[in-house]
Amino acid sequence: MSLLELTDVTRAVRLPDDRLLHILQGVTLSVDAGEHVAIVGRSGTGKSTLLNILGLLDAPTTGQYLLEGVPIGKLSNGTRTKRRGRDFGFVFQQFNLLPGRTALENVAAPLLYARGRQFWSRTRLAAEMLERVGLGDRVDTMPDKLSGGEQQRVAIARALVRGPRVILADEPTGALDVETGGEVMDLLDEIASQTGAALVTITHDLAVAARAERQYRLTEGVLVPISLDTTSDWVGDVPTLVADRSARTERRLPDPAGEAEVLA
Amino acid sequence: MTGVVGAIVEAWGELRIHKLRVLLALIGVACAVTAITGVTALVSMLNQSFKEQTERQSGRVVTLNVNAWSMGENATPPTGWDAEFDRVLERYDITYASRNEWTQAVVRYPDGTRATQVQAVDADLGTINRIVPVQGRWFTDADEEAMAPTLVVNEAFLEAQGLSDLSSHPTVQLGDRAPVTAAVVGVLHDDWVDAEPVAYVLYDQFHRWIGPDGSGMQSGGSGPVVPNPMMPPQVPSMYLWVPTEQSTDLGDQIKRDMQAVAPGWEVDVQDNNYNTGGLDRATKWVGIGVGAFALLLGGLGLVNIALVTVRYRIREIGIRRSFGATSGRVFFGVMLESVVATVVAGLVGVVLAVAIIKNVPVERMFGSGIQDMPPFPVSAALVGMAAAVAVGALAGLIPAIVAVRVKVIDAIRY
Repeated sequence: MSLLELTDVTRAVRLPDDRLLHILQGVTLSVDAGEHVAIVGRSGTGKSTLLNILGLLDAPTTGQYLLEGVPIGKLSNGTRTKRRGRDFGFVFQQFNLLPGRTALENVAAPLLYARGRQFWSRTRLAAEMLERVGLGDRVDTMPDKLSGGEQQRVAIARALVRGPRVILADEPTGALDVETGGEVMDLLDEIASQTGAALVTITHDLAVAARAERQYRLTEGVLVPISLDTTSDWVGDVPTLVADRSARTERRLPDPAGEAEVLA
Repeated sequence: MTGVVGAIVEAWGELRIHKLRVLLALIGVACAVTAITGVTALVSMLNQSFKEQTERQSGRVVTLNVNAWSMGENATPPTGWDAEFDRVLERYDITYASRNEWTQAVVRYPDGTRATQVQAVDADLGTINRIVPVQGRWFTDADEEAMAPTLVVNEAFLEAQGLSDLSSHPTVQLGDRAPVTAAVVGVLHDDWVDAEPVAYVLYDQFHRWIGPDGSGMQSGGSGPVVPNPMMPPQVPSMYLWVPTEQSTDLGDQIKRDMQAVAPGWEVDVQDNNYNTGGLDRATKWVGIGVGAFALLLGGLGLVNIALVTVRYRIREIGIRRSFGATSGRVFFGVMLESVVATVVAGLVGVVLAVAIIKNVPVERMFGSGIQDMPPFPVSAALVGMAAAVAVGALAGLIPAIVAVRVKVIDAIRY
């Protein structure tokens, strides 16, 4: 049984002119514990929507989403929210640190919604997590006094402090330079593998995606498995591919314009 | 448990971070609580001042005033009046009572001897009428046993004696042919400008001095009775401080008792239990009105700032939702922020009210001092606090609903 399993998931929203906008179409994806999966795609292709659905921030219009074999559609809003806090850690492109709070308070913030030992030991746990991401000496520093890389490390510490089973990283290096981005990804990979958490990274940086064990491309709401290496680069709207690991699936999906040439 | 504690911790954190906002929002609430508590306390003081001023004139509530009038020209003063007075006090367990007899005595002044108004009373009159001398002291029970009469006089009397204070322990000569020396132990404030000299003397002491038949009134010692055909016979009136709830029954019973020893006299008992509730109620409603209006303004300010702040904090709310904050928790948290803030403001308001009340220039404000300062109105403080919390909850309700209705995804991107 996979940790996360999406089957034929669609997501559509109604526009003001009453037309339906299909953001995701027939997305099928499974993620196992400890796996690192990357999803690449240009802006507006539905990457964030997919991540929101995975992280229980949004719900599919159709299709099935199983979380450890349990259909999330059967969970109440409250249970979904609690599982989101307990099982998922979010890392955002813009870090989304809480303003006016120190690094320590930011990392401890998710523990305010935990119970028992985690709640009562939140300051100690947050300090330990900051130590772990190399910011043990910046616990009392405000976010605006930290560099971009340090802010993202605080965000990573905050995402991991409750010991999530899945880390959902939305463009985690998008606001960082290449070198700092590489360091942040090293840290994410390291901690995810240490804690056994699955890591789902959404990015349009192919070098970042190439770090994952499995890669997918999202184009106009359609998810396609691909293979990348560190030499991959974007050609038009699609990345150059090392190999198509699921040609059968690919063929079943609508063929975006120009893609066939690249695949060939 | 962790949910509630977590929500409070979160709310406190928000307040700590948005100090300026909190400060601005809460000034109104603090002022309102100060107004509610302070006005209530001032109203209590005003009422107490009014009550004490009234009691200085007509005695404590309820004081029974027993008077008797002769029903015929030949009526003789009742002989058992004073004895019955003592029995009444004992029978009805009355602690504070005084006889009151207005008469005149001859007093020597530096510029000559003249008749002066004298009021013969018991020491308890000081308590019943809240008498506070401006100099010296009022009578005590021990004065009744003193060999020489003691006097409490008004300022006009002291001035007529050519004195300005009691530092020389002054004495005055009472009587004409065989004067008695009396010690002045206290001075009362004149009730009005150009007041005539008045002296107070203890009733029993006075009657020892003038003799059982009153013959020494003019001469300063006992002597043969010289009836004054111009003066009708009279008996002293009586002031009796009794419990309010028993005043009516006691009045009737005492009237019967005193009437029994005064044949040929009409005994009347009146009380001073006037209905002063109207003033109480009016001032109370003024206090509540002022407080409610201030609270309304404070609350509106709070709602306004809270709404602006929630919009400003939508992204943060979205981020917290991603941590697992349920909509209930967000709702409770935003509302609790408002409630915690108003509780703090309420406390500040109460402290402010205490500071104001403790420093009120009572004399200047109420014209006279307050003998029995009313206690700080704890109930008003509690009402003010409760009202502040209610306003906080109401003011928090609208932003809390706004916070919950925000879509998490939209909030994070806000």
